Amino acid sequence: MKNLVLVLAVTVVLVFLNFLIPTLINPYIFQILILCGINVILAVSLNLINGFTGQFSIGHAGFMAIGGYTCAAITFYLGPHVANKAASMGLSATIVGTSFFVLSLVAGGLASAIAGFLVGLPSLRLRGDYLAIVTLGFGEIIRVVILNVNAVGGARGFADIPRYTNFFWVSFFAFVTIVVVRNLTSSTHGRAFLSVREDEIAAEALGINTTRYKVLAFVIGAFFAGVAGGLFGHYLMYLHTNSFTFMKSFEVVIMVVLGGMGSITGSVIAAGLLTVLPEALRPVKEFRMVIYASLLIFLMIARPQGLFGMRELSLQTFRSLPFRMGKKEQKGPEKTRDGTRFQKRRGTKVRAPKRLDHS
Amino acid sequence: MQEFLQQLVNGITWGSIYALIALGYTMVYGILRLINFAHGDVYMVGAFVAYFAARLVGAPGPVSPIAAVLVLLIAMGSCALLGVGIERGAYKPLRKSPRLTALITAIGVSLLLENLGIIVFGPDPKFFPQIVTPRQMELIPGVLVGRHQIVILAVSILLMLLLQLVVLRTKIGKAMRAVSFNRQAASLMGISTDNVITFTFAVGSALAAAAGVLVGLSNPKIDPLMGIMPGIKAFVAAVLGGIGNIPGAMIGGLIMGVAEVMVVGYVSSTFRDAIAFALLIVILLVKPTGLLGTGMAEKV
Repeated sequence: MKNLVLVLAVTVVLVFLNFLIPTLINPYIFQILILCGINVILAVSLNLINGFTGQFSIGHAGFMAIGGYTCAAITFYLGPHVANKAASMGLSATIVGTSFFVLSLVAGGLASAIAGFLVGLPSLRLRGDYLAIVTLGFGEIIRVVILNVNAVGGARGFADIPRYTNFFWVSFFAFVTIVVVRNLTSSTHGRAFLSVREDEIAAEALGINTTRYKVLAFVIGAFFAGVAGGLFGHYLMYLHTNSFTFMKSFEVVIMVVLGGMGSITGSVIAAGLLTVLPEALRPVKEFRMVIYASLLIFLMIARPQGLFGMRELSLQTFRSLPFRMGKKEQKGPEKTRDGTRFQKRRGTKVRAPKRLDHS
Repeated sequence: MQEFLQQLVNGITWGSIYALIALGYTMVYGILRLINFAHGDVYMVGAFVAYFAARLVGAPGPVSPIAAVLVLLIAMGSCALLGVGIERGAYKPLRKSPRLTALITAIGVSLLLENLGIIVFGPDPKFFPQIVTPRQMELIPGVLVGRHQIVILAVSILLMLLLQLVVLRTKIGKAMRAVSFNRQAASLMGISTDNVITFTFAVGSALAAAAGVLVGLSNPKIDPLMGIMPGIKAFVAAVLGGIGNIPGAMIGGLIMGVAEVMVVGYVSSTFRDAIAFALLIVILLVKPTGLLGTGMAEKV
């Protein structure tokens, strides 16, 4: 009940901001803000797969593409019919349009989740870098297949997508993603996800169905990536497969690692930082990406565990956010201690590699 | 049949270039367990160094074979230095950090090389001078082989044999194998693992540079972003053959090149980028450690 009130309160605030923000800032900054929100969804959902479950996936752009294209195809092809029906029934066009948009976002997310299930399956057999390269491969295959589908524009790109995405929907779905991942990982299920990351064999010995959790992480992560794709398409009103190359997947992985694997606040801040940084560097023109890349290398060397390690940002302001409220105070420090212990153990693993097979 | 053979010849030429790049990936992975994403860009730098070196020795005019070899050696040498520089500057400080951190750094180095390439070499494609005079000859009736293709194949086979010789017959090669088997144990046996890693990067980068020069012979258009796709595909080739395994990388590269040329020839060029990955997924689902990879010892 308390949570419901808080969710409603956040929704009201976001609706209010939705009308306020576009009047306060110029369209360029507004666009960066929207992209920040979309990247937050991507980074937090990938963090569930990479950071919390420890399954190294670099195919997130593929999931985003599936969601984006499915959602755009639904609103583009079915949208006019629905609008006509609604008009003949005397319903308000905006309300019908918006609710249809949300439904198609969910549909895009579901399509992507199915793909996530299919990609998650090989994770039963593959580990570490092999899994990484297979997810990368899936992402690229998805992109090439979409490139060859004429109904969604093929190589010309998918144009004339109606613009439905606004500040409210982006921030709302970012909020939902954060709440879902946060609540999932701090629940009993969450301990199972973490145990798969820490030691798969030990987890299995304790009766945890590791297969199920690995696939589940992929499905949930892919769902939100799909939603992010839908928001992306309906904001830019144009989709092209070039936005979904493996460079985009790398970008999301960078956000997760830079923020700290298994830190939601870290992912959020890194997503914001890495979206704003290239734009902030525009004045230096051609040196923009050089500085960006050097900064990235520098940051990784300076803070190999990511900006936040495994900790969450626990300022008072963050405590007051709804997804922290039910948890009371004592959870915070305990998690931090766990985090540092995990970090140490991971360190030793790196020094003494498990696998001895390579000649 | 003739068309098939022709495609096969083209595929093998293209595959041997992939194989050369894949060798660098596989050696670095075998020793550091690091996917060196910057490797594809070292290949790009190799092509550009050769471009400038070739102009120094008189291209686009006629170039003597000795000068062509010189161009190849200059490119390989400077890329070996570049590889060592990358390893010392970016990867060495991260030896003890989580592997993903090193991976992100590798992506950072790759972005850095690409964008420095755009500033230094200019964003527009350049035409690689023909340092091997192009001449077609008939292998068997109906199947044409270009002189550059023979050069590509000969050079890559030579380099691979040389590499096998170094890895299997020399002291440093023995050290490399020891380090890749177990780094900690190797260092306890008195092997200077840092030197071995540096040497690995030098050799791998030199091979990538050679691939860059060779690709300049068959696809003369070079640009600062040319390394991205071949880099990723060469890595896929390395995984396909069983990563960390040197003969595996060669076989993987050849399979990849042939498959790609066949798809372009018989299906559609738009599926060119997908076939590599589709092949990979099929092979990994059947044999999760790649064609020649041995199973991982799972310790509890």
